[in-house]
Amino acid sequence: MPEPILRVTDLVKRFGDFTAVGGVSFDIAPGEILGLLGANGAGKTTAINMVLGLITPTSGSISVFGQDLAQHRTAILRRMNFCSTYTNLPGNLLVWQNLTVFGRLYGVPDLPRRIDEVLDLLEIAHLKKRVAGHLSAGESTRLNLCKALLNRPRLLLLDEPTASLDPDIADKVRKVVRRVCQEDGVTMLYTSHNMRDVEEVCDRVVFLHKGRILHQGTPEQIVAHFQEKTLEDVFIRVARGGDLEPRTADGSVTPTFPS
Amino acid sequence: MNFHVIQALVLRYLFLYTRTPVRLVELIFWPLVNLLVWGYLTLFLQQHAGEGFPYQITYLIGAVILWDVLFRAQQGVAIFFLEDVWSRNLLNIFAAPVTTLDYLVSTYAVGMLRASVTVSILTLLSLVLYSFNIFEVGWYLAPFVLNLLVFGWALGMISTALIVRWGPAAETLAWATPFFIQPFAAVFYPVEGLPPVMQAVSKALPCSYIFEGMREVLRSGHLAGHELVMATGLNVLYLIGAGLFFVHIMKIARRGGLLTKFASQ
Repeated sequence: MPEPILRVTDLVKRFGDFTAVGGVSFDIAPGEILGLLGANGAGKTTAINMVLGLITPTSGSISVFGQDLAQHRTAILRRMNFCSTYTNLPGNLLVWQNLTVFGRLYGVPDLPRRIDEVLDLLEIAHLKKRVAGHLSAGESTRLNLCKALLNRPRLLLLDEPTASLDPDIADKVRKVVRRVCQEDGVTMLYTSHNMRDVEEVCDRVVFLHKGRILHQGTPEQIVAHFQEKTLEDVFIRVARGGDLEPRTADGSVTPTFPS
Repeated sequence: MNFHVIQALVLRYLFLYTRTPVRLVELIFWPLVNLLVWGYLTLFLQQHAGEGFPYQITYLIGAVILWDVLFRAQQGVAIFFLEDVWSRNLLNIFAAPVTTLDYLVSTYAVGMLRASVTVSILTLLSLVLYSFNIFEVGWYLAPFVLNLLVFGWALGMISTALIVRWGPAAETLAWATPFFIQPFAAVFYPVEGLPPVMQAVSKALPCSYIFEGMREVLRSGHLAGHELVMATGLNVLYLIGAGLFFVHIMKIARRGGLLTKFASQ
């Protein structure tokens, strides 16, 4: 069995008395897209920020490419990238200027050609000389994705990448994500509130609730486990604080054994 | 230390200024106001107080120019950080393969560029308006200028660390920090003109020795050795202290999730 690209072991993050992430463990195999699913406050973004080294865990460990993140953060980040709907590239700079700066930060070889490649991939080559701050929300998200793909990352962290997109662009982004995963073998950690995203894009899902893993498996396994019709039904049930245990045929509840 | 990373961070700043030249106003406007106010005030006092006024115009113009070296160097560090906050780019930078040292060296370089722009313009204007050529003083001022840059960087690291620690509400520290020390810094008057308690504070600041040293150079044309040694020694301590403080606060920020909170506000 190949060594996982990302291994998270007993990860805990406490802010004072509040436990944002309470003992989470999961692996991502090479070329796999793992969805991190959960309502607001479930601990998804905190977990991603810990994998990026932006937040130090209270306890537990994170290993990327077989190396300890705490010890080899800079070397690891050079082979990773991320895109979040909550960040922007500097709005005063032109699109190509932003990509030039980040390309150099990540040490991308043959940068002008690579910039053209990613702009073509996300279908925004015509925006190359536009001011980043004048782009629409959808264009801006695609620019963020360009930045995230610039250095041909082996591990890509995508935090709600389709949150501000219309269905057409969201569909294109999902296809690009799948394509990059299949053609370049990029491993991904993907969070979204859009269940269609998760079902279409993710190979496997870790369902978080109040900082703990409720269940993990393929989207179909999760739906089957909770005996709901769709992933969205599972999400709503958990988010509204309904029964967290799977239903049996007669409507009663059996205990969950998180894997 | 990775020079490609430093180059990229500085390039981002250069792109920013070439894209929005109006930002240059900030580098020119306030220094110009200071130069005009202090320059003409000194001329006026000289004309009316005659020999009774002990200051030459060169002291105050020199002070205005050198104070701006310190201020711009400090701003280089603090504004560098805030630019990323304002553009919601902070997490992109801190999630990139940028070490704390790379980041700090980039801010130093930007601070030096900012100071160079302002000093060049002030030097030219002081030559035109007051016939004061700072280069006539020669290279004796160079080590004092270098010391001011270093102290500006130290103040920049301290103010940025405090902004990280206290959040966006503390942004005003980016501009206010140098002015907290200005009354003690002997910029426009000698240390001996201060009350004893303030003199004690003044003697603990490298910039007071720098401004005293500058006046000595302008007065005598000779290097003020004692002031230079004191300023350099104190600067080394301040730079190390500020660097350690910055690293410590960044550790606290990562433990407390302050960077991500900052980025989402």
